[in-house]
Amino acid sequence: MQAKSKKQISLSRRNTLVGISFILPNFIGFFIFVLIPVIFSLALSVTEWDGFNAMKFVGFDNFVAIFKDRVFKGSIGKTAYFSIFTVFFSMCASLGLAVLLNQKLKGKAIFRCAIFFPYVASNVAVAVVWNFLFRDIGPINNFLRSIGIANPPGWTASTDWVIPALIIVNIWKNMGYFMIVYLAALQDIPSSLYEAAQIDGANSLQRFKSITLPMLTPSTFFVVMMLTINSFKVFDLVYLMTEGGPGTASTMMSQYIYNQAFISWSYGRSSAAAMVLFLIVAALTAFQFRMEKKWVSYM
Amino acid sequence: MKTKTLPYKTIMYVILALLTALTLMPLLWMLSASIKTDSEVFSLVFHWFPKNPQIKNYTKIWEKIPLARFVFNSVKLTVIITAIQVLTSSFAAYGFSKCKFKGRDMLFLLYVATIAIPWQVYMLPQYSMMNKLHLVDSHLGYILMQSFTAFGVFLMRQFFMSLPNELLEAGRIDGLSEYGNYFQIALPLAKPSIATLTIFSFVTIWNDYMGPMIYFNTTENKTIQLGIKMFIAQYSAEYGLVMAASVLSLIPVLIIFLAGQKFFVQGVASSGIKG
Repeated sequence: MQAKSKKQISLSRRNTLVGISFILPNFIGFFIFVLIPVIFSLALSVTEWDGFNAMKFVGFDNFVAIFKDRVFKGSIGKTAYFSIFTVFFSMCASLGLAVLLNQKLKGKAIFRCAIFFPYVASNVAVAVVWNFLFRDIGPINNFLRSIGIANPPGWTASTDWVIPALIIVNIWKNMGYFMIVYLAALQDIPSSLYEAAQIDGANSLQRFKSITLPMLTPSTFFVVMMLTINSFKVFDLVYLMTEGGPGTASTMMSQYIYNQAFISWSYGRSSAAAMVLFLIVAALTAFQFRMEKKWVSYM
Repeated sequence: MKTKTLPYKTIMYVILALLTALTLMPLLWMLSASIKTDSEVFSLVFHWFPKNPQIKNYTKIWEKIPLARFVFNSVKLTVIITAIQVLTSSFAAYGFSKCKFKGRDMLFLLYVATIAIPWQVYMLPQYSMMNKLHLVDSHLGYILMQSFTAFGVFLMRQFFMSLPNELLEAGRIDGLSEYGNYFQIALPLAKPSIATLTIFSFVTIWNDYMGPMIYFNTTENKTIQLGIKMFIAQYSAEYGLVMAASVLSLIPVLIIFLAGQKFFVQGVASSGIKG
């Protein structure tokens, strides 16, 4: 007995060592370059620091300051506006495309490929093209005028239309990714379900409503969550297309965080804003997980 | 399911073709503008293919900015970071799924938690730390910062979880150590997942803009994305050239994408199902 348990202890210690040796090469890097900064960011949000002089503890002053800042308050609303429309329309577009592409058609891989490609195209190239397309006398407005719209929107040059323009580009860029998520899920729905419904006399709309949509709820949950997280932290695309302008019309939270850090060199305010962004994303994620049981059905 | 009728199929093809054309329109427009003169780009009369294609736009851009340098930097960073990511994260993922030890799942939870934290939240402390280590404006700093993401570990773990333990048990009985099991049994079977991770990592690093923008100041260090942005700032009126440079930056990604689109689809699909 005694000998056996000793052997077991040394075996489990050996297992632990082997296990840790697998994880260590990645974990060292992860710990130093990701985890420490994450923890450090908490500390920064309650200090005043410009990156050079000594850090000074200021409590919640940074939070008070950013919530007095009109630009920051505006950025929350703009991020929410951008996110709500991006999430809803990206979801609809990707679901619609997936349903279309889930049929037995020859050559559908080509369509799938083409629709997915914007997702891998770089934001720099994407921003250049769309900025040109959105010009006042650019191709889009020329087309709109040609179909009889006398006063087409000013898109990225207008404070009212800049966010809708960004939403359009963002949907265009990401719908292919989520289309593939949906396509995979659609292919997992057993065809026997549809056959049974057909025997019961359900038409295609009824089948879509009572089989396809419920069976897709786990994917929809994933899609909505990813889209929410991604659109709240959107930066590259906005920065490259508008730099938050005109004025501050498209300054969203990430842009504000960036501006405070690398333009105003106010590390404390930047970190406080980052904390607010994190809390919003965390709260939304937690909320979605709470709601999950109400509408997601796992088979 | 009943077979579809011919008119139905035709309608479907027309709808799909229209949607695809609409999706590709901006990119095709970019391609078309890249072989035009500037006056043609701005011209109100639009031709998809100009009468006098300006192929020399593609040679001119190499003279205007140190494009070769930028391409070299991008290739270098992409290859190194992808290699480190694939190696260390598949190694770690094996530990997280096939080795049993105390605290393993807590540790993994830490990884997963950071996936949901936007980079903006810790970008600044990371930057000031790199600054202290004198790693800002150096390729090494950027490599260290990008190589250890939780995503790779997460993706590879998804695969190893589905690998039957019996296979590894058989390896142990045959006298393989845990490392032998990893290299001789698990890794060869993980090829599709490794391909997926490679492609994702390649595209992410090649396209990354914010990271290099914050980290690289010296022109010699800059990547292709920064280079094109720089080009746009300097030659904003010369749209033909700007578009040619943009098209050029898309080519490597396009090649990787077409070669590995099967793995892309698998990767996206598996991330979605497991949620």
